[in-house]
Amino acid sequence: MQTCVLIIGAGATGTALARDLSLRGIDCILVEKGDVNAGASGANHGLLHSGARYIVSDPAAAAECHAENRILKQIAPQCIEDTGGLFVAVQGDDEKYIADFPTACQKCGIPVQPLSPDQARDMEPALSEHVIAAFWVDDAAIDPFKLSLDNLSCAQAHGARLLCRHQVTSFEIRGGRIVCTHVRDLNTDKQFFIEAQVVVNAAGAWADIIARCAGAQMQMYYSKGSLMVTQNRIAKRVINRLRMPTDGDILVPGGTVSILGTTSERVASPDFIYPEIHEIDTILDQGSAMIPKLAQTHYIRAYCGVRPLPAGSEITNPARDPDDRAVSRGYELIDHQDQPEQMANFVSITGGKLTTCRLMAEKTADLVCEKLGIQAVCRTRTEPVPDAAEAKWTKPGLAPAAWVRENRCKEPLLCECEMVPESVVKQIADTFAANQQRPDLKAISLRSRIGKGPCQGTFCSMRIMAYLYDQGYINDRYGTDDLRAFLKERWRGRQPLAWNNGLARAELMEAMHCGLFCLEL
Amino acid sequence: MNNQKADIHCDLMIIGTGMAGMAAALFAAGQDLDIVQAGRTGQLGFASGLIDVLGIYPVARSRIVKNPWPAIADLGRHEPAHPYAKMAISEIQTAVDTVLGFFEQAGYPYMYRKNQNMIMPTAAGTVKPTYAAAHTMAHGQAAMAHQQPCLLVDFKGLKGFGSRMIAANLARTWPGLRPVTIGFPEAGTELHPEPMARALETARMREKLAENIAPYLGDAACVALPAILGISRTQKVTKELSGLLGVPVFEISTMVPGVSGIRIMEIFQQHLPEMGINAFFQHNVRKACRKTGGGWVFEVGDRSHWRLVSARAALVCSGRFLGGGLHADRAGITETIFNLPVARVPERDSWHHRDLLHAGGHPVNRAGLAVDTSFRPVDDNNSPVWPDLFAAGTILAGQDWMREKCGSGLSIATAYAAVRAARRFLEKT
Ligand SMILES: Cc1cc2nc3c(=O)[nH]c(=O)nc-3n(C[C@H](O)[C@H](O)[C@H](O)COP(=O)(O)OP(=O)(O)OC[C@H]3O[C@@H](n4cnc5c(N)ncnc54)[C@H](O)[C@@H]3O)c2cc1C
Repeated sequence: MQTCVLIIGAGATGTALARDLSLRGIDCILVEKGDVNAGASGANHGLLHSGARYIVSDPAAAAECHAENRILKQIAPQCIEDTGGLFVAVQGDDEKYIADFPTACQKCGIPVQPLSPDQARDMEPALSEHVIAAFWVDDAAIDPFKLSLDNLSCAQAHGARLLCRHQVTSFEIRGGRIVCTHVRDLNTDKQFFIEAQVVVNAAGAWADIIARCAGAQMQMYYSKGSLMVTQNRIAKRVINRLRMPTDGDILVPGGTVSILGTTSERVASPDFIYPEIHEIDTILDQGSAMIPKLAQTHYIRAYCGVRPLPAGSEITNPARDPDDRAVSRGYELIDHQDQPEQMANFVSITGGKLTTCRLMAEKTADLVCEKLGIQAVCRTRTEPVPDAAEAKWTKPGLAPAAWVRENRCKEPLLCECEMVPESVVKQIADTFAANQQRPDLKAISLRSRIGKGPCQGTFCSMRIMAYLYDQGYINDRYGTDDLRAFLKERWRGRQPLAWNNGLARAELMEAMHCGLFCLEL
Repeated sequence: MNNQKADIHCDLMIIGTGMAGMAAALFAAGQDLDIVQAGRTGQLGFASGLIDVLGIYPVARSRIVKNPWPAIADLGRHEPAHPYAKMAISEIQTAVDTVLGFFEQAGYPYMYRKNQNMIMPTAAGTVKPTYAAAHTMAHGQAAMAHQQPCLLVDFKGLKGFGSRMIAANLARTWPGLRPVTIGFPEAGTELHPEPMARALETARMREKLAENIAPYLGDAACVALPAILGISRTQKVTKELSGLLGVPVFEISTMVPGVSGIRIMEIFQQHLPEMGINAFFQHNVRKACRKTGGGWVFEVGDRSHWRLVSARAALVCSGRFLGGGLHADRAGITETIFNLPVARVPERDSWHHRDLLHAGGHPVNRAGLAVDTSFRPVDDNNSPVWPDLFAAGTILAGQDWMREKCGSGLSIATAYAAVRAARRFLEKT
């Protein structure tokens, strides 16, 4: 296979870059070892930052976030719920931080409005009685799946190609250039090459591994963050704790639910990570100081992701860095030409935020164009991201609305919690079949809401699998293995929340799938 | 409350209407005891039509048990805390035989062989060891074992039961299984097992269904369906549909809740009151109070409408977390009615394995009420908490019914032992 630019990693950054390059008329292939948003892009908070969170710890990143917040609201409104956000302090919080907050925001160009505690509680009745200060900022909620799928769909319409379940394994390097990239198709286990003029490493937390494959040095830390999803939406707006960023201080709405997070824990590897019970306890205890009802409400799932934190020069002794939150949340764009390894056609882009993925893509594409000797201007700053048909079912509440509106009541619902009918599953499965691929439950859940409701896949997993067999998408034992894999994946997010009715639901899942169907044998 | 005048007086209060509570009521009936039973009937709805006694042992080695009785003896030797270890094998057999005999009397016989588990196909395309299968399902064992050519029918609009899924996964063990999807007579777009099963109780619908199936019969020696062969007249439905098709028909158990649970629930609900049980189905026990000098007073009903029941002794069969007998919060696990001590509770961060399908099973499943040989809940020092309080069913500690495949058997056996102990207590006082 040949292409002009090979992009490794189909997260927020890789998909935004694919769109940017293809809009400049540059041919590219996106290689992804899992599925779209398999990394941090599918395991984050979904907060479109106003920037206010970073005004003290990282003012440059704060200003960047704010500029991008404005742009994304313009170009991709379909991915965003423009809720606005509050920063609130409760009794005992640092008074100096509170006093300095508005000026620090203004210095970064972030609009901010002071509110009285009563005003804040009027706007968000769930807030604690003990709120002592509050400000309004222009935070918003963003659907990271929809954003990546929309970016991708636009890129594909302009000729970009995506290879999911394809892993980059090694590079062939000659004369200071990557002449050929070795890729393994994980569906078939076959190995093949891609020849590209420029290779971009957008592998997020795996970027150092890719860099090392190419003989380059890259020092990176992995900071795990865990989050929990409430059963019902708790607040209209994003609610941040008004203090230096720490654990359990943000609640972000996500359609019909709210997401509470997060933690920051150094881990040794970005693979095989779990939301841990002690993290859940911390998040809950911290979060309920700000919003008391978080201690009582029902949770349906926990999850975690890894932040790739490029180790900047300011940290000389990582063992002495007490808090990974002090590491910059800015992005890092590395031209490996300028590094000791002097690789002419290899670029790495990592770090940053979901909020800044467009900017990261723009800067990367500029560098790529320079290397290719192409003069083409970036169009993503103003050109809207089209609302792609294949990405529409990620939105909470959309499937039920369409089902009622189109009087589909004549069609069985395969997922009853989130009201996903047969036709939606069929639509998604067909896009896989069109590429000679078998749909799997995880891929369908990434592109719709299946498995995301209170039953966490206990019922819909079997129904959808039976349907996939009946429609001929699957015809061997693969489906039952996939059922196991999907249930295990849902369990990962359920087991740390197994108390109260979370434990009753966990018991039901196990009773049906182990007690009755013996899937553990 | 303990000084208020009770509306009803009885000898034994049975709390719970799952398999353990129902079996306990059956064992206690007709014994010259005044029995009150209360509880919401949710849990029985999950019954699958299969009565497991012990299907897997040892769990960590996932070994399928061929003959449950020696395996239970083995389990008793290795796991003295297991509820089965507190009874004689012969008592377990008597208990199970009694319940199966009762189902037979009620017109819903189970098939089983005394010293051998059956291996049954499931809707997931897996196989499951069990002790006894409802007569509607039993043929599946022989059909699969002898690899009979079999037509496997599913229905357009019935979710979670896919004949192609079952056939593809069983293909190696049962190559003759041939899937087909047909329409159910007079059906809307979405089908549910219960109305289908009720519809098949009429001759007209059976004939229509047979007409729909017949064109696909071919060389099939039997026909498999999801569990829809009637609710209360399963024998008639099965026999006549088999007659119409000329080959035996049988069911494969569906996802829960399904009709298998409804059948058993209806049988108990019909017969227990006839046998003299004063039953409050769909009524919860809200509160228990100790009477001075022994015995209990219970508040039965809901907030707006409840009555007081005074009992000389009580048997708690309130189930686990799903049933509501146990409750967990982040601080720990409690028993919900009497606040009894809960044994074998691990640290919260090891309640579950990270892998749902971990071979050893999840440690929290072995937490529950520890009991003495009279099935009275005990405290940390192994002494009974109350002389007149007994426990049975999955609320008991030391077992993992989901992994051991012993749910019904354990409930039935421990209900038998607990009722017997309660009766001895009542006779003495
Ligand atoms: C807990 C948490 C909360 C966050 N909350 C927010 C937030 O609220 N707002 C915000 O703006 N940002 C947030 N972020 C940051 C944001 O999620 C990330 O900055 C962003 O998603 C990174 O995108 P990416 O594409 O660079 O990396 P990733 O999404 O990690 O993508 C890298 C991809 O590369 C693939 N890959 C790796 N190795 C190979 C290989 N050998 N071959 C092929 N493919 C490979 C991976 O499978 C992966 O899909 C959060 C992050 C975390 C962890």
